[in-house]
Amino acid sequence: MTSGAEEVLFWCLAPLMVIAALGLIFARKAVHATICMVFVMISLAVMYIANQAPFLGIVQVVVYTGAVMMLFLFVIMLVGVDAGDSLVDTLKGQKWIGWILGIGLGITLFSFLGRLTLSGGQGHGSTVANNPAELARVLLGNFVFPLELVGILLVTAAIAALTMTHKRNLTRRIGQKELADARVASGARLTPLPSPGVFAQRNAMDVPALDPQGNPVESSVSRVLRARGQERDAIYDPEIEQLDKAGRPAPSTWDHEIEASSAALDEMPEQGAGVADGEASQSENSSTEKED
Amino acid sequence: MDYANYLYLAVILFTIGGATVLLRRNAIIVFMGIELMLNAANLAFVTFSRIHGDLTGQVVAFFVMTVAAAEVVVGLAIIVSIYRSRRSVSVDDINLLKN
Repeated sequence: MTSGAEEVLFWCLAPLMVIAALGLIFARKAVHATICMVFVMISLAVMYIANQAPFLGIVQVVVYTGAVMMLFLFVIMLVGVDAGDSLVDTLKGQKWIGWILGIGLGITLFSFLGRLTLSGGQGHGSTVANNPAELARVLLGNFVFPLELVGILLVTAAIAALTMTHKRNLTRRIGQKELADARVASGARLTPLPSPGVFAQRNAMDVPALDPQGNPVESSVSRVLRARGQERDAIYDPEIEQLDKAGRPAPSTWDHEIEASSAALDEMPEQGAGVADGEASQSENSSTEKED
Repeated sequence: MDYANYLYLAVILFTIGGATVLLRRNAIIVFMGIELMLNAANLAFVTFSRIHGDLTGQVVAFFVMTVAAAEVVVGLAIIVSIYRSRRSVSVDDINLLKN
């Protein structure tokens, strides 16, 4: 007979297990059913440990909760979380037949169990303390051949899973070189898209970059923002105009300044371009130092 | 408490697993129903092992777990490959032999 503590454990856990198992039938989403199943598995592990089978309890947690149910979750993610049940009845009245058969199965099993007379039970007694060692003694003493067979089965299953999920290449593999060649041949843009707002007055995602002529480059703004109509105008944005009034040159005047400065450079006497650049950078540096 | 309570729990879980297989159409959930039935059988094995004071029942439960793991691997691989070719995991859609 079992102890009082085990009785409390059983009656706490068993109803929850049954409810979680019912979730398998009634849960609409496959993920919820899986989570219910994980709960049942962990509770079963506790039941095993309470039933003097600690090794099996831990194996249950490792194999079922840790590996099998996570594999289920992976597959659910692979085939799409919202792949629900189809609502169309292919077989007419399948639902009612299913319920009748399920309840009939339950009634049959229960009636069998009702006719069963169980003796008081012996329990494992002293062997519980070193349950894994005792289990190994039975496993490697009487069940060596089945153990070998199970090993072969596991290897076969692993190879089967590999071959079945293997995707055969029906066409030639498209590598980096083939992609690049195709892009050049089709005349598409070869360089990366320009980053937004770099030559406009701000670095925000929604402001287009300006090309050297000062025109906004539409492709520099994210496609999503463009589709939503959330992109901003580069030049005629009132916020930018406010910034302009605060003393910064408007982008439309940049070109003139550059022209003026280049004209000034042309007027300078012939010197090595590198030297002139060096002097210019030096003077710029000194001016910034003074400002600091 | 009687040991039979564990057996009753195992029977309830087995029935729910069987009903899941009969009622659900999502192949993954059907598969989980099969797993639930295997686990219920394991619980019965462990309980009987305790009733008889014989560890053989636990060894058999261990074998069931191993075979179930292999079965899950192959079954999920089949589900994935079917999903690849037919874009569905509903067992109603897999009627290639029909017509």
